[in-house]
Amino acid sequence: MSSLLFVIILLYLLSAAGYIIFLFAQKEVCHRVAYGLMTAGFVVHTALIGFEFYRLGYFPAQNLHQTLVVAGWALTGVFLLIKYRYRLNILGAYAAPLATIVIIAAFCVPSVAVAPTPMFKSLWLVLHIVIIFIAEASLALACGAGLIYLVQENAIKTKSSRFFLKRLPSLEFLDRTGYLFIVTGFTSLTIGLITGFIYAQLVWGKFWSWDNKEIWSMITWLIYAALLHGRLVSGWRGRRAAIMAVIGFAALLFTFFGVNFLLEGHHDAFTK
Amino acid sequence: MTLLQNDNGDPMILAEPGPDLSDIVVLGVNHKTAAVELREKLAFSAEETEAALKLFQKAPSIREAMILSTCNRVEVLLVTKNKSLAIDTISSFITEKKAIAPAHLKPCVYVHSGSQAILHVFRVAASLDSMMIGEPQILGQLKEAFKTAVTLKSTGLILNRLLHKAFSTAKRVRTETGIGGHAVSISYAAVELAKKIFDTLDGKTILLIGAGEMAELAVEHLIRSTASMNLLVANRTFSVGVALAGRFRGRAIHLEEIPETLKTADIIISSTGSPAYVISKDQVKPAMRSRKHRPLFFIDIAVPRDIDPDINRIPNAYVYDIDDLQGVIRENIENRNAESIKAERIVEESVIKFTEWYQSLDVVPTIIDLREKLGAILTAELAKTFQALPLLTETDRQAFERMAESVIKKALHDPARFLKNPGAHRNKAVYLDFTRKLFHLDP
Repeated sequence: MSSLLFVIILLYLLSAAGYIIFLFAQKEVCHRVAYGLMTAGFVVHTALIGFEFYRLGYFPAQNLHQTLVVAGWALTGVFLLIKYRYRLNILGAYAAPLATIVIIAAFCVPSVAVAPTPMFKSLWLVLHIVIIFIAEASLALACGAGLIYLVQENAIKTKSSRFFLKRLPSLEFLDRTGYLFIVTGFTSLTIGLITGFIYAQLVWGKFWSWDNKEIWSMITWLIYAALLHGRLVSGWRGRRAAIMAVIGFAALLFTFFGVNFLLEGHHDAFTK
Repeated sequence: MTLLQNDNGDPMILAEPGPDLSDIVVLGVNHKTAAVELREKLAFSAEETEAALKLFQKAPSIREAMILSTCNRVEVLLVTKNKSLAIDTISSFITEKKAIAPAHLKPCVYVHSGSQAILHVFRVAASLDSMMIGEPQILGQLKEAFKTAVTLKSTGLILNRLLHKAFSTAKRVRTETGIGGHAVSISYAAVELAKKIFDTLDGKTILLIGAGEMAELAVEHLIRSTASMNLLVANRTFSVGVALAGRFRGRAIHLEEIPETLKTADIIISSTGSPAYVISKDQVKPAMRSRKHRPLFFIDIAVPRDIDPDINRIPNAYVYDIDDLQGVIRENIENRNAESIKAERIVEESVIKFTEWYQSLDVVPTIIDLREKLGAILTAELAKTFQALPLLTETDRQAFERMAESVIKKALHDPARFLKNPGAHRNKAVYLDFTRKLFHLDP
């Protein structure tokens, strides 16, 4: 398995290099090649997860290693899909390195064998995991678009750095794409949480158990809800929306990692 | 005689690189050698150009001539067999017509001949000699000047070839280097920035406050880069605003309506003569709320400034004044200068190619080429004949070969004599070029 993982890392790494060269050289061919490499990596990645699913008999997201592999897979998948629709090539310079880091992290974390229980074999659990990771990937990309927005906005406001001004897309476009990611991410997050509640009801007999992970998920959800509300009602856009997207993603990361490492809860077993 | 000097300050009768190539001469003034007052005085109108070319055609020393006159340069390009006489003719014509003292003109004029002249023409065409390197107008002006000369038949074989080569070189420079890229004018820079704020300029509203050449140019560029755009014009004199709005199919508004307009406008270009700010921060803040924080871009072309620079601190509002735009342009100009190194290489290649063609027009190489061509044909035919006649002895064969040699010699005798001296007042180069084409000597 680790050899397949190695191939994926190599492809993502080359893709990341391609996107970073594109940022500097601005040659069309760079991002085309990088996109191709990333697609190839994604195909291998999908095959790896499919194979594990088949081998274990349950969706492979039960320990930290598997979770990271799935997180990286969702990130690449969402990026490839969005990139296919929109001309947001420059976001690759954020998405490709991020995916590479996630997979390298997965590579470094040993895959602890988890005793399979009937608990794992629920369709609701698979749905919950896949949808939550799609949400996290979208929100990670929203954070990326927000960061790029902040860099570009700073370049225009301060009138100093022409390097980024020339290379990055327009503010309106970044703002609109970031919004699109937030809407996608928030919708999936909502559905993911609902499937989680249903699964909890099936396994533990209650929808909500004041678990730390549940509380932090709700906090994250509320941050994004506030962001969307602000945008729709009082027209929060631009810089403020970009900063909110970054803060929201920070909360999300804490929910994902922080809760498991610092606090305790019933997701513990899945991320050790 | 030594009224004019070449680049090194030597009298121009010296320093001729080759006997024939130096027939091509360019003399003139440009923005580097002459101040604008002198250039203005020297500039040729269309009628003056025609009159001058007609006069030059009559001068026996001048074979071909054309005149390029723009706001940055006045140049005469000519082909002459008697350079000093030709230059005297031209300079006395100019000093007389334009009433400029020779002593005043002399230090500003440059004279290039031979490959230096060819290089100069190619560099001018490729916009490498322009005040603003890479500016696109010069090529059009050169084409226009060439057309005028061609219509009057004052150019011939050499200048026609030279100019066509100059045009193709300029095109190559433009497509292969980034010399024409990036905005180098205020109005272009403003459009470039607007495109970094707004995803598309379609359907955006521009508010023009005041009037002025630069502001109107910016509006023109903005309108040209979109499919549809609303224009509002606010002017202290309402009738002026109406007239300006009419020109761009916009609508005139009163100055008092500006605060209200801030809610709908996206790009505001201001260039009034007002000593105080026309738009203050307190006007923009509430407007941002009602426009739901959609970005607002202020372009302040006025000196003293019209837009309170503090507005730039308001989220989603961006203010660029004339100095900021200059900063944008300065960097682009530096980029162009870097690209011009690549362009110079392309130009030098073209000079070499043109020189090769030009030198092939000499009599001796042409006759040698002709002899070689006929020699090759006869050798091939003799070989075939010998194969069909196996009974021939070595002596017989040598006799045939000698006969072939003398056929070539006799056949080429008259053409060679004609090419060496086609007669008085006839352009040798034309016949040489024709001969080369007739016998297909340049495959």
